[in-house]
Amino acid sequence: MSAVALEDMVGRRWRKPAFVKNPVLRWTLILGFIAYLIAAFMTIEVDWGRVYDGLDRGWAFVLAFTSPDFTSRWSDIWSGLLESIVMTVAASVVGILISIPIGLGAARNVAPLPVYVICRGIVAISRALQEIIVAILLVAIFGFGPLAGFLTLSFATIGFLSKLLAEDIEAMDKVQAEAIRASGARWTQWINYGVQPQVMPRLVGLSIYRIDINFRESAILGLVGAGGIGATLNTAFDRYEYDTAAAILLLIIGIVMALEYLSGIIRARVQ
Amino acid sequence: MPVLKRDDTQIWRRRTTRESLTHWFGWLLGVAVFAYCWQIISASTTWFFVWDAPRIANDIWTRATPPRWEYITQLGRPIWDTLNIATLGTIIALFLAVPVAFLAARNTTPSPLFIRPIALLIIVSTRSINSLIWALLLIAIIGPGVFAGVIAIAIRSIGFCAKLLYEAIEEIDHSQVEAITATGGSRWQVMAYGIVPQILPAFAGIAVFRWDINIRESTVLGLVGAGGIGLQLSASLNVLAWPQVSLILIVILVAVVISEWVSAKVRGAII
Repeated sequence: MSAVALEDMVGRRWRKPAFVKNPVLRWTLILGFIAYLIAAFMTIEVDWGRVYDGLDRGWAFVLAFTSPDFTSRWSDIWSGLLESIVMTVAASVVGILISIPIGLGAARNVAPLPVYVICRGIVAISRALQEIIVAILLVAIFGFGPLAGFLTLSFATIGFLSKLLAEDIEAMDKVQAEAIRASGARWTQWINYGVQPQVMPRLVGLSIYRIDINFRESAILGLVGAGGIGATLNTAFDRYEYDTAAAILLLIIGIVMALEYLSGIIRARVQ
Repeated sequence: MPVLKRDDTQIWRRRTTRESLTHWFGWLLGVAVFAYCWQIISASTTWFFVWDAPRIANDIWTRATPPRWEYITQLGRPIWDTLNIATLGTIIALFLAVPVAFLAARNTTPSPLFIRPIALLIIVSTRSINSLIWALLLIAIIGPGVFAGVIAIAIRSIGFCAKLLYEAIEEIDHSQVEAITATGGSRWQVMAYGIVPQILPAFAGIAVFRWDINIRESTVLGLVGAGGIGLQLSASLNVLAWPQVSLILIVILVAVVISEWVSAKVRGAII
């Protein structure tokens, strides 16, 4: 039996089903996308001569990773790194402490409506503004230094943690909380024994994750004068000291990897 | 169950004596570390500026309101550049992230001993460095402009997309892959018909999610000279044109809200 006869018998030949079922929508999306790409490429200005010139410097930078220079600017690197770590720790502590009440307030099954609206508003504002923009404003208000960075990171932590904590509280098991309430507990006891044990593992996991993010963000706050390793890194780039820049980047990558590894262990233990 | 004996009556407690001691010691250590960090921050802060902050904030507020609405006519091109940086960066990142993800996933990697660690290293190192730092680096190499921004966003997104994608690949249903293998499909056919259809929804979700984040990040890339609306922001900040700054911040906020809305809609339609 030939292939043609088989196709006649079973009908149309099988084809891979398309990802977007509706053909009109599919073709509109594809054509729109192609049109956009053409428009984007037409308007983007690339100075290819400059790019070509830069390739040598790019290669020099890649080579710098094989011989990073930790020693000649060590005191600058160390003070910047210490400031970053200090900002991360302090901002994480304050951010977590503030985000717990706000997280409780932003959970509809715990808080009354007015509190809920206010707390959700705080979360929305904090999440909509990027760290770096908040840092610019806070530097303008509070002056240069790690205080502005500390406040920025705390503010960003509140939005992140409160939102996820509130979602976790809203998804909790009602039965356990009900049981505590039925035993005649006050509101604080209800939160402490009915809600907290359920969300604690996730809260710990998220907090550790946020410390990780805070450290990464603290590395760029120095670009706008809010303290930390970013200022040192910026100077190293400006002076084309690629070996020092490579050393700083390697330190950041190393610390982030260590934090990620640590957070993996801690999260595995608490869950 | 830890109980406390007092006058022959048993009192329930949450923790044994040893556990509470460790807990208290942990808290003490935490408070000590926080106090130390706070001292460092406070030592490098000019407190006079901080006490003066409410007046300064009020001053900036009066200067920044009302926003200079007519300035928006000059923002069309920067907004278009910002959109291009985010979109083209995401597309390039996805092209690079797919092979990295397949090399990093346990069930598709050609060699778990040699290639998988390299792929994981690429993921970690691109993920742990902020796009602003990548932009700083690329500006030193290929010169300022939109192109540096596109590449910075692309490099930064590789790790993020590849990580989520390889986790999705590791979670696929193996019986489907086996079914395709059993029909005699080659390695590429198994890939195209057994694995890809299973991860396509996850892939689309990741792409839109990352695009949303990239819109946020590309709005501030201009602060270091990598094109987009951040250039206007930094120029306005440098000449203390606060009414323009407030208008740009409003535009950025609107862009972020729109991109988040689009991303939520698209992901809702996929999942």
